[in-house]
Amino acid sequence: MNSAVLILIILGYLGLIFYIAFLAEKQRNSRWVNNPYIYSLSLAVYCTAWTYYGSVGKAATTGVDFLTIYLGPVIALPLWVIIIRKVIRISKSHNVSSIADFISLRYGKNRSLGAVVAIVCLLATIPYISLQLKAISDTFHIMTDAPISSGNGVLDDSTFYIALVLAVFATFFGTQTSDATEKHKGIIASIAFESILKLVFFLIIGVYVTYFMFDGPSDIYNQISTHDNFEQLTTIGGIEGAFNWSFMIALSFIAIFLLPRQFQVTVIQNTRVKHLKKAIWLFPLYLLLFNLFVIYIAWGGNIINGDTAQAEYYSILLPLNNGNIWLALLVFLGGFSAVISMVVVSTLALSTMVSNNLIIPYGFLGRFIQGQTDSNTQSIKNIRRVSIFIIIALAYLFYISFSVQMPLISIGLMAFVIVAQLAPSFFIGLYWNRGSAKASIIGIIIGVLITIYTFILPFTIEAITGSTSFTDNGPWGIELFRPQALFGLDFMSPTANALLWSMTFNLLAYLIFSLTSKGNYRERNFAEIFIDSKNFTNLQDNALVWKGEAYVEDIRNVLRKFLGEARTERALTLFFRKYDLPQDTQMADARLINFSEKLLAANIGGASAQILISNVVKEEEISLVEVLKILEESKKTIDSNKLLQDKSNELTSLANKLQEANEELRVKDKQKDEFLDTVAHELKTPLTGIRASTELLIDDLDEMPDEVRYQFLTNILQDSDRLARLINNILDFEKLSTGRTDLDLKYQNIAKTIRDACASAQSIASQKNCEIIIKNKSSIYLIYDEDRITQVLTNLLSNALKFADEQQGEIEVSYGRQKGKVLVSVVDNGTGVPDEDVKYIFDKFFQSNHQNRIKPSGSGFGLAISKQIIEVHKGEIWYLKNEKGGATFTFSLPIEKEKKEDE
Amino acid sequence: MSKKIVIVDDEPNIVMSLEYAFKKKGFQVFIARDGEEAFNTISREIPDAIILDIMMPKVDGLETLERIKRDPALVQCKVVFLSAKNKESDIKAGMDLGADKYLIKPFSVKKVISEVEELL
Repeated sequence: MNSAVLILIILGYLGLIFYIAFLAEKQRNSRWVNNPYIYSLSLAVYCTAWTYYGSVGKAATTGVDFLTIYLGPVIALPLWVIIIRKVIRISKSHNVSSIADFISLRYGKNRSLGAVVAIVCLLATIPYISLQLKAISDTFHIMTDAPISSGNGVLDDSTFYIALVLAVFATFFGTQTSDATEKHKGIIASIAFESILKLVFFLIIGVYVTYFMFDGPSDIYNQISTHDNFEQLTTIGGIEGAFNWSFMIALSFIAIFLLPRQFQVTVIQNTRVKHLKKAIWLFPLYLLLFNLFVIYIAWGGNIINGDTAQAEYYSILLPLNNGNIWLALLVFLGGFSAVISMVVVSTLALSTMVSNNLIIPYGFLGRFIQGQTDSNTQSIKNIRRVSIFIIIALAYLFYISFSVQMPLISIGLMAFVIVAQLAPSFFIGLYWNRGSAKASIIGIIIGVLITIYTFILPFTIEAITGSTSFTDNGPWGIELFRPQALFGLDFMSPTANALLWSMTFNLLAYLIFSLTSKGNYRERNFAEIFIDSKNFTNLQDNALVWKGEAYVEDIRNVLRKFLGEARTERALTLFFRKYDLPQDTQMADARLINFSEKLLAANIGGASAQILISNVVKEEEISLVEVLKILEESKKTIDSNKLLQDKSNELTSLANKLQEANEELRVKDKQKDEFLDTVAHELKTPLTGIRASTELLIDDLDEMPDEVRYQFLTNILQDSDRLARLINNILDFEKLSTGRTDLDLKYQNIAKTIRDACASAQSIASQKNCEIIIKNKSSIYLIYDEDRITQVLTNLLSNALKFADEQQGEIEVSYGRQKGKVLVSVVDNGTGVPDEDVKYIFDKFFQSNHQNRIKPSGSGFGLAISKQIIEVHKGEIWYLKNEKGGATFTFSLPIEKEKKEDE
Repeated sequence: MSKKIVIVDDEPNIVMSLEYAFKKKGFQVFIARDGEEAFNTISREIPDAIILDIMMPKVDGLETLERIKRDPALVQCKVVFLSAKNKESDIKAGMDLGADKYLIKPFSVKKVISEVEELL
């Protein structure tokens, strides 16, 4: 492929990545940017070019032990979640911005320790970045079919320009604010996107090699099994192999916590702790998928190529040699994705460490104190920007001077072993309160020196002199100090050897110095906070023990230098409000000191923040014993506060319950009042008729014509009946609703009851030109009170008659058995119940309650009584609008004993 | 010329008594069974007095009165509420709307006639 074309494709691809980052930054609060899937995918920054190309190389040359790099994280994950949750909690509450800041915080915001950790991270990561550049350069040359060389001068080297673009990307999206704990949503979204691409492209090439170039896994297996070194490629190689395996797993286990880029995405860029729940299964799944085809690509390459010279790039070479240039391009872009995400996140993490742990605390603090807010934040951003470019430049230099001779995988392993030196300070520090800063520094330095001696020096000497005598015979021929077989243990791989010895001495130094030296009180203070993080998060700003003299004004001045006027005032106002202090408080207390340090930590790192604050306050030395005592007391206060809080919550909930009960009573009372009101109104209406007619009859006794007199007397009779009916209904209803009715239960035929009820409604139906149809004939026997059920049926029928179509009324009655119940339905062809009334229709006097001033057209009792009757029969009654638009009322009665009889 | 009165109530028995009594007193009586019908009759006849029930289907008495009050042609009409609702709040609501009298059911026919005659 023409190199100009490839460069154009690369530029287009970078444009896409920029666009995604830009879009995510613009919509930083939308759902697609903030979800557990994006978070889980961003963790896959773990898979770099080393994974993408190096694994295949390893599988092709030394066998299945490439898997250890992924087995470590997969095995570690349950434990990872527990530890990382704690780390995230601490980091968020202390505004931690990098792993160096985190470790230095644990040991009392120790400046030197922060610097040491930052240097270790630089040592580990710069070669690692250069490894990524090497991968790009190599694959670029393979794609363009140019000879691999680095002697063409920097400006002719496309890798140089790609490195430059990556630096611009990291600078543009990573240093928009001086707050290093700021969430870089754009970068994270683009990394998640790249994670998808690199996986998909790798799976595509895997499927291509396995199923299109060969006839599936078994075909490859059969062919490779005839090769000479097959045994070596498929086994872990006895006890020594197992030893190496377990070391490699331990190494990658540690790396998943400590690699700066990994810490950046898992801890600093974490937006919600609960995203871990998805990550716990999604991330291992990702790693497993990634490794699915590694072996087949490696073996396929071995079979086709015959030798393993360019094993690392089989995934590009195989499709390329097969004439499939577009597939090779996909693989290239996948590898390119892996590179971009690694380089961007790593430089971002490193630049924060360089600025907050190396540059600012050593020399810039004085200038910041003199400067103004704008110039200070600008300087901080500039320091980070320059750092990014320097880091990438260093990586590039390393790449052109060393890495051409070194395979991808050994540079990767070197980074792992160096970063692993942070493990004792990190892991033990989280759970053991005696660990001290001095011990950490000594341990780390010893570990790194041993790593250099056992691992880096041999490679470097070999690369420079071309002789292996240093490795084979030891320095000055002393065999005991042979770097890769220290103290005569010669059965281990170089990596396992380096890890074993560096970690042993590192750990020993850490433990011995921690136990023998008495830690500083501040160190111990943070140790307690880390170990019991849950408890101390509750203590919040109280967790820091501090004694001395400080003025709020001085602290305010320091804060202003970095946060600006407005943010400082807002933060202080919030602080005073939170602790119920007057806004014009003069003297600062421990809580304000702690609060201010945290605020500053996000911008300039914990160690610098502490130094700045301590410049303006007069601190008294406190003894270790006193620190522990004060901490114990604040914990007790929290506990008793908690007890009080619990009691108070209990009382509140009790009060709420009382209020609810009261409210219920009030509602019941109101319902009763309304009921009485309505009853009174209903009784008064016929009474008014009787009263008026009688008065007229008496007064007009002589003059009234006979037919009028007859009409008035008939009215009196009607109204009296109505009155009597109403009184009966009310009593009936009350009896039913208080459960004081005795049912006359008999075993009888519901079909007959229905026929009888319909027959008695027939006369009114004919008057109204309405037809009543009974749809079924068969008998169903069950136990019920016939009078009561007849009452229900009559009610439903008279409602149906009232509302059925006025011209051509039609009422259908149907019944049938269903799941141990009898269902009876009365269906009319009227207009149905208005939707808003449906939920009230079974309430007594519903019309008058609901349409307060409008007169109901019935007694308002029919459905309420029907419901009561059905319920004392342990059945149900309900309403549905039917397809004709009319009303369908259905009730069910349980069948306890049943006997079928034909008529 | 005889006075016109419109009786609005949905209970036929009550209406029948009042109709008989007012006719006997020489009134020209019109009947309406709900608020809607009432308003049509009233705007057509422009009566001297209206006897108005409150709880009725379709449009209730209070709303009917509101409509009457909005119509400038009907300012002269006297309105007497005749309702079973006898709570203070009900009476106040009726009078606030501008009724001339509020009588309570059950009522004495003589009393209703004398109250109406007094208004005219």
